[in-house]
Amino acid sequence: MTDIAIIGGGVNGCALAYELAKKGVNATVFEKGYLGSGATGRCGGGIRQQFDTEDNIRLAMESVKIFEKIEKELGYDIEYDQGGYLVLAHSDEEAEKFKKNVELQRSMGLGVNFLENNEIHALVPILDLEGARAVGGTFCQTDGYANPFKVTEAYAKNAERLGAEIKTFTEVKGIKKEKKQFGIITEKEKIKADVVVNAAGCYSKNIAEMVGVNLPNKPYRHEILATEILKPVLKPMIISFKDGIYFCQHKTGQIVGGIGNPDEPSGINPSSSFWFLEKMAKTITRYIPAFKNLNVLRQWAGMYDVTPDARPILGKTNVKNFFVVCGFSGHGFMVAPVTAKLMSELIIDGKSSIPIDSLSIDRFKKGIIRKEGAVVG
Amino acid sequence: MNDETIICRCEDITYKEVADAVDEGYTTLDEIKRKLRCGMGPCQGRTCMRLIARIIREKTGRHLDEILMPTSRPPEKPVPLGIFASYEIASKNARNCKRSEQFRSIFGGEDD
Repeated sequence: MTDIAIIGGGVNGCALAYELAKKGVNATVFEKGYLGSGATGRCGGGIRQQFDTEDNIRLAMESVKIFEKIEKELGYDIEYDQGGYLVLAHSDEEAEKFKKNVELQRSMGLGVNFLENNEIHALVPILDLEGARAVGGTFCQTDGYANPFKVTEAYAKNAERLGAEIKTFTEVKGIKKEKKQFGIITEKEKIKADVVVNAAGCYSKNIAEMVGVNLPNKPYRHEILATEILKPVLKPMIISFKDGIYFCQHKTGQIVGGIGNPDEPSGINPSSSFWFLEKMAKTITRYIPAFKNLNVLRQWAGMYDVTPDARPILGKTNVKNFFVVCGFSGHGFMVAPVTAKLMSELIIDGKSSIPIDSLSIDRFKKGIIRKEGAVVG
Repeated sequence: MNDETIICRCEDITYKEVADAVDEGYTTLDEIKRKLRCGMGPCQGRTCMRLIARIIREKTGRHLDEILMPTSRPPEKPVPLGIFASYEIASKNARNCKRSEQFRSIFGGEDD
């Protein structure tokens, strides 16, 4: 018996367990592997506020406010580093669009600027602007990076300390709807829960189907690599929507980055491809020629849980007490702290301190979707 | 082995750090790799993974066969980005393209 069953032990599931525990509610996290074994542990760890839809900008800004205080609150070093994000523009048309984004972001209070190439060169001298074919870019100093495993672990440990239960290597095989409760069926047992939260990442569609809720999400593979460790050479995360690339240097020294494949078919596929390795190597060495001599240590893949408008699905469903926290479309890690806070408010108090109605599943029925354009990787 | 014995040479991780992680409840190689970065350095776990598996066995009593090795990630050994950048092997989508003679000569295998 548990008050709330959270399905998925990624950063979102663990952060929610913590926020619920802070409110004195007993939650149980069901994770089929180890904590962070899905998309959380496979992501690049970037934390960005430079989006082009208001919802995403607001969520990300609130999330950064929490990240800035979280090491103290949770008593953990999460390797948080606000090195900034530099978003490169490759044409005058893209630059104009970016300037409009900056206007929107600044109107919401975000410290972000459009930089000309000479300013970018002063900021990141190692970047070859000609090779990258850049005509400018936007820079936000408070964007950054944290270690996804450490963040997940910090949330999980603190949730447990406050009374939450975390069941790793425990796959949910089915959910039985009973009169006023749900029965969570695992290989070993059946546990009753008053409320179920689906935070299962690329498996969230399958979990929702167990109670008859249909989600429009589709899984897509995204690949990433890590290099050997270097002295600090790169402060900000560099990203380009046109080339689909992102990369940064972590505090521990390695360069970590990925590049999207526009032809990637939908499906769950954790394997690594040579296409990625070649494309990533060609593009990153065009941006930073000095990296030609940098050794690749490993490449891996993870799944984005993608919605039709590339924005998350948060909140209630047509099944009473069955909530969804999914569809992050590649941005689940960076908004986890705020999402957990708002979802705990919605579940316990019935209302969140920042409205998230526009992210409810109902938006797809109404057909009023505004697609997030600032998607990379 | 004593507490200060280095188990992971790439990341300077000692016996005590590994043993403490196992005591904390991290009893798979995948978890210890992510917690301590063992296996994330240049050797990609070739030196440390078997040693760590033995520490897990010592402390948990589990059979070595049950302690699964983490997925090995390509490339097989550290390779400079410039090498991959100079290749012309993968076409638009490697999964859908026929493998070239050059690809086969390096990686073997037949077309699907």
